[in-house]
Amino acid sequence: MKKLIVRIVSFYVAGFRRMRLGRTLWAIILIKLLIIFGVLKLFFFPDYLHDNFTTDMERADHVSANLTQIPTQKQDRRLP
Amino acid sequence: MIDELNLTMVNWARAQFALTAMYHWLFVPLTLGLSFLLAFFETLYVKTGKEEWKRITKFWMMLFAINFAIGVATGIILEFQFGTNWSNYSWMVGDIFGAPLAAEGIFAFFLEASFFAVMLFGWERVSKKTHLFATWMVAIGSNLSALWILVANAWMQHPVGMAFNPDKARFEMQNFWEVLLSPVAISKFTHATTSSFQLASLFVVGISAWFLLKKRHQDMARKSIIVASVFGLLSSAFVGFSGDEAAFENARNQPMKLAAFEGLYDGEASAGLVAAGIINAKKKPGDNQNPFLFEVKMPGLLSLLANREPGSFVPGINDLVYGNKEHNIMAVDKKIARGKIAIELLSQYKTAQKEKNEPRAKIALANFKKYEKYLGFGYLTSPEEAVPPVALTFYSFHIMVILGTLFPLIFLMFLFYAYRGTIDRKTWLLRLGLFSVPLAYVASQAGWVVAEVGRQPWTIQNLLPVSVARSNLTTGTVQTTFFLFLVLFTILLFAEIRIMLKQIQIGPDFSGMPEDD
Repeated sequence: MKKLIVRIVSFYVAGFRRMRLGRTLWAIILIKLLIIFGVLKLFFFPDYLHDNFTTDMERADHVSANLTQIPTQKQDRRLP
Repeated sequence: MIDELNLTMVNWARAQFALTAMYHWLFVPLTLGLSFLLAFFETLYVKTGKEEWKRITKFWMMLFAINFAIGVATGIILEFQFGTNWSNYSWMVGDIFGAPLAAEGIFAFFLEASFFAVMLFGWERVSKKTHLFATWMVAIGSNLSALWILVANAWMQHPVGMAFNPDKARFEMQNFWEVLLSPVAISKFTHATTSSFQLASLFVVGISAWFLLKKRHQDMARKSIIVASVFGLLSSAFVGFSGDEAAFENARNQPMKLAAFEGLYDGEASAGLVAAGIINAKKKPGDNQNPFLFEVKMPGLLSLLANREPGSFVPGINDLVYGNKEHNIMAVDKKIARGKIAIELLSQYKTAQKEKNEPRAKIALANFKKYEKYLGFGYLTSPEEAVPPVALTFYSFHIMVILGTLFPLIFLMFLFYAYRGTIDRKTWLLRLGLFSVPLAYVASQAGWVVAEVGRQPWTIQNLLPVSVARSNLTTGTVQTTFFLFLVLFTILLFAEIRIMLKQIQIGPDFSGMPEDD
């Protein structure tokens, strides 16, 4: 399995090296992944339930609390 | 300004999800369709042994790689948003989506990642047949990995094979096969993939037309046009059949969406299909205004589309909102009343559980089960809230259908003039082919707008409205990430278009062999 993964990675590395656009594409992929995982996920996209509650029971209770709130009814908009 | 537009947290989260999904879908259809075209080109190379087919394959493969590189991981951001903006929804569907998304991960990794490397970089390192096998596997693998996410989306349109567990506040899978093989999932998969084949075919035809207009790489362009037009034409037939099936399923499971995309307010027998029209923006459900400022209808066709019977009754928005006794349609206010009872009984059940009052919990649960199917309606604040944005749904549907009808005609014309050998001289057709590339993207995006906007206000049809699916976040938090995405995506989109255009300008490497006849 390890050998297979190494071979696949070497295919990518060697292949991209030979492409004319290889460097630009590598740069775009790496910058994008860095922004997505290193900035967006880390600082802007916390997992709300994971970060605010410690157990699944607490998470289920929180969702249940949201599900058991009845909203205020608006007036009927139909014309008489 | 923001208050005036009523862009609350939910609406910002919706806008952010729409922006990300639409951006993601710029890359996906080209990957799905072009992968099969690559397989066709390479099969011709292996069958005929002619080097020119190899060069053709390599050229389109380069564009495929650029699209893949820029588009990779854009879908991950949608999953981030589930956890941050839509945490209630994310929690509630975790059990249903876990299996299809895990399957997608396995397919994406093993089929796409491994065979993709061989396909792109293995030309001189593996045998012809092994390489061809890898190219076919990339095509099949990409489309199979799309299957799972489309199954998940189909489940949101028509939730089947599950049960709500009030203890965990989750929908739990009861029958995997019912989820996988639901008619909505099948029509969604076939429609999304075949329309992607159509888009990729237009992409190849359009760029080849540009080469013919510029009188460059003409042999490659002619050959590419023939293969792509045949594939595009066949795909168009499937797009038509699967689109018809999708509308039929809408009539069964999402009649409000069908009424919205046809601008049908008052239901009728022998209902006509709107060929073209301008919606009256002031029209509201229940009022007496004409829904259209202008319309051209084809008699009986909507009834035929919805029920397979030209004389049958198709309910309109007013029938679905205010009820229709004759056709046994329950009014939304009655569903809201029952939904509120379901919420109250769920609340009683949870309280009884906390108090460890088992007999009371048992009674509350048994009663809840009677009203459970109306639960989602209990969160609506008015019957009219059950109506999706009509104008947006209507125009998106009609743009999609009109363009979807035009595309097979374009393929036919290209094939006709290619057969007669006069295609190089038909400048008007070559320009039309080039112009059809952005039109294909417009049609593809419009299809998703119909599917997703037409489902509103529901995240999960009839079960979970967006107002409850969201996280308890402030509007400001979502606004910040919305604008961050807007900037990031715009930069990436410009990067892709620039790199793609540069590579098209360079064209295929034909050095050392006669390029044109």
